[in-house]
Amino acid sequence: MSSPHTGSESGASQHPHAVQVSGLHKTFGELEVLKGVSLTARTGDVVAIIGGSGSGKSTMLRCINMLELPTQGAISIKGETIDMKPDGRGGLQPANAGQLRRIRTRLAMVFQSFNLWQHMTVLGNIIEAPVHVMGVPRDEAIARAEKLLDRVGLSDKRDVYPAFLSGGQQQRAAIARALAVEPEVMLFDEPTSALDPELVGEVLAVIADLAREGRTMLLVTHEMKFAREVANHVVFLAGGVIEEEGPPDVVYSAPKSERLRKFLATVQ
Amino acid sequence: MIDWIANLASWELLALNPPGWGGVLLKGLAVSLQVAVGGYLVGFVIGVAGATGKLYGGPVLRDILDVYTTLVRAVPELVLILLLYYAGTDALNQLMMLIGAGPVDISGLVAGIFVIGVVQGAYQTEVLRGAFKAVPHGQIEAARAYGMSSMQVLRRITLPGMLPHAVPGLANLWLIATKDTALLAVVGVAELTLVTRQAGGTTKSYFLFFMAAGLLYLTVTLISNVAIRRIERHARRGMPAVR
Repeated sequence: MSSPHTGSESGASQHPHAVQVSGLHKTFGELEVLKGVSLTARTGDVVAIIGGSGSGKSTMLRCINMLELPTQGAISIKGETIDMKPDGRGGLQPANAGQLRRIRTRLAMVFQSFNLWQHMTVLGNIIEAPVHVMGVPRDEAIARAEKLLDRVGLSDKRDVYPAFLSGGQQQRAAIARALAVEPEVMLFDEPTSALDPELVGEVLAVIADLAREGRTMLLVTHEMKFAREVANHVVFLAGGVIEEEGPPDVVYSAPKSERLRKFLATVQ
Repeated sequence: MIDWIANLASWELLALNPPGWGGVLLKGLAVSLQVAVGGYLVGFVIGVAGATGKLYGGPVLRDILDVYTTLVRAVPELVLILLLYYAGTDALNQLMMLIGAGPVDISGLVAGIFVIGVVQGAYQTEVLRGAFKAVPHGQIEAARAYGMSSMQVLRRITLPGMLPHAVPGLANLWLIATKDTALLAVVGVAELTLVTRQAGGTTKSYFLFFMAAGLLYLTVTLISNVAIRRIERHARRGMPAVR
């Protein structure tokens, strides 16, 4: 599963480990949400993260790009560890804002509630990070954005503002925005949970298409059947720890832990 | 009919050149507008800083800002203007004496801009604070996730994102600023209301001049409304119309 994919030119992309999470702890006040999670995604992996609500799966994903600051632990992207320092209150904070911004541009997140910038058109949303963060010339960014819009089936919506689109269209636009930074790793945080049931399919189709072309993806999802189809590795989180992980067929057909068995029984 | 209108008032008193007072009124209007624009801009700078301070500042800064917005909004503007104008210039002169320099003559225009700015700043702080909070957190999070710095997030996402929520409040404050300038008449700034009173007093045509001044204020408001509508339409471009 480590087929090279287009869109990443840097030499670092040859590093076999796209994402390494080690010993991740996260505490919100008294509540310990993550209790030491370690996880490795190789380049080209599609890792599905499943688990009940409150199991810490979204928190873990959000720690990878430091939208949530871990209390303990380390994150490496393509072998480069994000520099952290104590924040003086028992947690960690980024030690090097420049490094974090640079690493963030190599990751791309797709959010549950899309989080498109409402005052920009669909095209504006897609070219925003390339032009204003990465310094890509505007013409070039627009040309690339048009190809991406074509790919997610939104060519006719390029000059429309997000509020005028359906949820499924907004999420496809958000995926195009993520692709525009030519990410080395894509992070999907429950990308279909906010969608009406009839709109889920169009978004899953786009994600499956990306998985097929060998992109490295971490996907937090409640779509169990979909996770089984697209992922090559499934991680089951429960109570802030990885309870079980492995290839989807093994995890789904022969769950070893009682909790996973119960979880699978309730969602299927 | 024409005779009647002609006899209604001594229209020639509105001529631009003396003995007409038209030119004086227009000059007064120019001063009023300068104070309004200047004070409004000073207020906007205070407002952005105050709103950011109230939302993201430490406890001490937040308390200081609370005292500022509460005091300024609690005291009648006329009292504030008298206080800031006389006490402000007095304090400045004492300070100048203290450092050995002679007393300075502060122009009414600059003092007026300062006073209106302080008043506007308190109200704009509150309007902008509300608008900042109306920007969905997810949009700021997305901006950070795509590598923007704090300044970029403010400039590219938060400021344009809050604009539709701020425009109605800010527009109101602009209209208030244009009329608050009239209060500066009490401290002798030669703005529209003061020169109108002088014109009326000299010629005894009070009705004529105050009607003329009223029309000038109305014109400012009408032109402002056209501009505000445009700005609001632009700010709300990403929002579906609510009918």
